[in-house]
Amino acid sequence: MKRLMYLLPMGLLLLLGLFLLIGLGLNPRLVPSPLVDKPVPAFELPALEDPARKVGSADFNGEVVLLNIWASWCVSCRQEHQLLARMTDRYGVPIYGLNYKDEREDGLNYLRAFGNPYVWNAHDLEGRVGIDWGVYGTPETFVIDGEGRIRYKHVGPLTWDKIQNDVLPLVERLRSETL
Amino acid sequence: MTTWLPLIPLLALLAFSPTVQAAGVDPTNFEKPELEERYRGLLHELRCTVCQNQSLADSDAGLAQDLRRELRTQIHAGSSDDEIIDYMVSRYGNFVLYRPPFSPATYLLWIGPFVLLGLGFVALYLTSRGSRQGTGTTGVDSAARQRARRLLGEGKDV
Repeated sequence: MKRLMYLLPMGLLLLLGLFLLIGLGLNPRLVPSPLVDKPVPAFELPALEDPARKVGSADFNGEVVLLNIWASWCVSCRQEHQLLARMTDRYGVPIYGLNYKDEREDGLNYLRAFGNPYVWNAHDLEGRVGIDWGVYGTPETFVIDGEGRIRYKHVGPLTWDKIQNDVLPLVERLRSETL
Repeated sequence: MTTWLPLIPLLALLAFSPTVQAAGVDPTNFEKPELEERYRGLLHELRCTVCQNQSLADSDAGLAQDLRRELRTQIHAGSSDDEIIDYMVSRYGNFVLYRPPFSPATYLLWIGPFVLLGLGFVALYLTSRGSRQGTGTTGVDSAARQRARRLLGEGKDV
């Protein structure tokens, strides 16, 4: 018994090491969003394509949709951009864009160069809507259900793996819920 | 001896470089110094979610600038500190707070260190008691004592 007591510090040390090891695998940049399962923060902004036209959360219209926050100055947005187009082409998921803190001309050039998979793009020049949506690292992608609630948030560029394993199954499930 | 002299202007340059001082110092135009003070206080309470481990006061990231602007607007509009903190937490979660609230999710965070300290004292008490008992039982037995006394006595005689 007494002998075992001497092993206790080593046991504690190993436990601490285990915690640290788990900590190494965590990504500190992933901040859980308090907005998940909450109604979308309503917004109305001029469209990037046409400043006279107003677009906003009212357009989501009881459909399961994606909202993607992007900017022309955001390098990792380019990384996922082609995947967004592939996703809408193959699976018909409507994806809306929020152009975040970008000059109109730069945003439009970006869409001309890389294609435009978005239904529309809202132009959030000042980043006010971005704050309402808790945006802190572009690109960010939100999945919104038929009742206008945010159900999932992904920070950083989407990968095809992520789309196939997480986003599309969730969209499927939410669609069957709405029906 | 004089080789480090050229370093002095370089160090001076570092100390007064804009990056050291400028972050978080946006021009403000609060009518009352109390408002300015509240603004400064909040800047240090809130974390920048882009450059983590920097407060809004320290960070020069675009988002931090926007949030500082938002903070000023809200203070001008007469929001209380609690309202502003709620506003930030509802968007970015408790993560934006340098002092997270005392709630079931953070009990371990707040109480954990004191529990560990308590465990440390318990361990200290147990080990010190154990060692005192130890000296009592592993004492020299009486036969050895007598022998020692005899030897010492004999030594005196000689």
